[in-house]
Amino acid sequence: MVTDTPFCIDARDLSFAYAKGPPVLDIPELTIRSGERVFLYGPSGSGKTTLLGLIAGVLSPPPGTLSVLGHDIGGLSSAARDRFRASHIGYVFQMFNLIPYLNVRDNIALPVRINSERKKRLTGRLDEEVASAASHLGIEQLLDEKVTRLSVGQQQRVAAARAILGSPELIIADEPTSSLDANRRHAFLDLLFANVADAGSTLLFVSHDLGLADQFDRSLSLPELNRAGE
Amino acid sequence: MLLLHLARKSLTNRLLTTSLTALSIAFSVALLVGVENVRTGMRESFSNTVSGTDLVVGSRGGTIQLMLYAVFGMGSPVANISHDTWKEWDEHPAVSWTIPYALGDSHRGFRVIGTNDSFYEHYKYRGGQPIALAEGRAAQSVFDVVLGAQVAERLGYALGDRISVTHGMSAVGFMNHDEMPFEVVGVLEKTFTPVDRAIYVTLEGVTAIHMGWESGGPPMPGDEISAADVLAMEEVPVSQITSFFLGAESRAYTLQLQRDISTSEDEPLTAVIPGVALSEMWRGIGYAEDGLLVISGFVVLVGLLGMLVSIYTSLDARRREMAILRALGAGPRRIVSLLVLEAGTLSIIGALLGVAFVYVGLAALQPWLEGQFGLQVPIQALDGMQLMYIGTVIALGFVAGLVPALKAYRTALHDGLSVRI
Repeated sequence: MVTDTPFCIDARDLSFAYAKGPPVLDIPELTIRSGERVFLYGPSGSGKTTLLGLIAGVLSPPPGTLSVLGHDIGGLSSAARDRFRASHIGYVFQMFNLIPYLNVRDNIALPVRINSERKKRLTGRLDEEVASAASHLGIEQLLDEKVTRLSVGQQQRVAAARAILGSPELIIADEPTSSLDANRRHAFLDLLFANVADAGSTLLFVSHDLGLADQFDRSLSLPELNRAGE
Repeated sequence: MLLLHLARKSLTNRLLTTSLTALSIAFSVALLVGVENVRTGMRESFSNTVSGTDLVVGSRGGTIQLMLYAVFGMGSPVANISHDTWKEWDEHPAVSWTIPYALGDSHRGFRVIGTNDSFYEHYKYRGGQPIALAEGRAAQSVFDVVLGAQVAERLGYALGDRISVTHGMSAVGFMNHDEMPFEVVGVLEKTFTPVDRAIYVTLEGVTAIHMGWESGGPPMPGDEISAADVLAMEEVPVSQITSFFLGAESRAYTLQLQRDISTSEDEPLTAVIPGVALSEMWRGIGYAEDGLLVISGFVVLVGLLGMLVSIYTSLDARRREMAILRALGAGPRRIVSLLVLEAGTLSIIGALLGVAFVYVGLAALQPWLEGQFGLQVPIQALDGMQLMYIGTVIALGFVAGLVPALKAYRTALHDGLSVRI
């Protein structure tokens, strides 16, 4: 189900409530253009997790209220949303991004293994692409390490490499720097920006650290967007 | 492919827990399959107690009773068969051979059986194995004695030892035939059948023991017959036997012979086909092994429960893993499949390991089982029943994986991308 919109993310009257609960999210309008790097200020309790879950298609919004990359998320089946997420979205968590029993190489390759459409987007062979993503993030020497041996900063870079593999249109980063110290935070952001720019992806970066906001094209405040919390 | 890869990595990552779980399944499968093997072995051993014999014949009575005293050396016959009647059947054109048995005497608790050369030639057990002499020779003259393997072992007799034989079955007969010294001339090979627990003399030997006892009591003073007297006789007359084993010229005659013998006008006789009687008897006593099977079934259930618990308790630690997989686009179904696959893999490994345990265990214990219990547990390919057991265990393993998987499914749906630590 494709909708006609110039936006990468286009939410109109988007509301969501968990079963039997009060609405946790009620957003009259939220639009993000393709290729934008957007900082979304979201302290805990502002509905951040719910919004990201909706955009990533883990949660199901009412039909017609949320379009991502031209797809009406609410109109997709749960399996279609899973496929959509796997092929179009790169996701970086705050911490513990990695599957503990896979090595760095296998962790980076995982989204491509899960989804064949994501694999089609690769320009080269999988192991070359993995190596290239790793070298973009300065972790090429760690490819065969166990992820449990890595520092937090290294783990986040592995997660970022995984997110950009196959150049998905949208990269969602959920406080990816909050577990890093100030120096590493900036180094990580620089790497992320460079790679997002290379891939031509849209970046939605969520954080409660307003000090990072000025490095982005635009910044939004979820508490201001979301009427449900009022 | 991806799921297999993930399941393998995930299982090897938790190697200790995984191996313990697989081991516990392996042990329960080994028990289940092993018990079935032993059951088969016992049934085979039992129904092959005597083989190659087409009919067992005794005086008219119950078939079970006849089998008990003629084959298993338990209980006593009600009446005897006259020597002439036996000879008549022995010479019957449809009869290939007969082995006469004259029972009723004992030596220190072991049965004394009077028989003839035919015994050494035709008696077969367990798939047609003939009995053989471990040392010495068959009993030929009146005072020759051949010992069953177990008798020789227990009583510690050697060739050349002289023994006496009691009239009646009590271990300490007060009416000892002390005046008749028998001499050990041979010892039989072990057969692990009741053959091992008896002492074999000639038919004439049994007759000689009873000379002078025709009145039912010890001979009056002066009427005793000494060994020298017996040896001086040209021929010791045999007038009665107790039962005989019969081999027909052809299997096809068996039923006809059985009918003829059972309905014979001369003397009331009963003839049984040993194979049929033995399997009838097994049906009566074999149920004890069913209990064993039920118990090992429960052991399997406990093993699978252990696996269920171990997967279930690992779920909380794996919630983050589920969230990551979901963020990367794995649907909840894939997560369910992953956990079910892990459980299934565990039970397959456990089952295969269990089967290996059975074969290794059998190879190691077979001689001991045979030596100690006379139990021949064959090492052979798994039969249909055992394959069914193993298949059931594996299927139950997958089902057991479904329980934690469905919980993970709900958790994954509920947690979404929020990963609690």
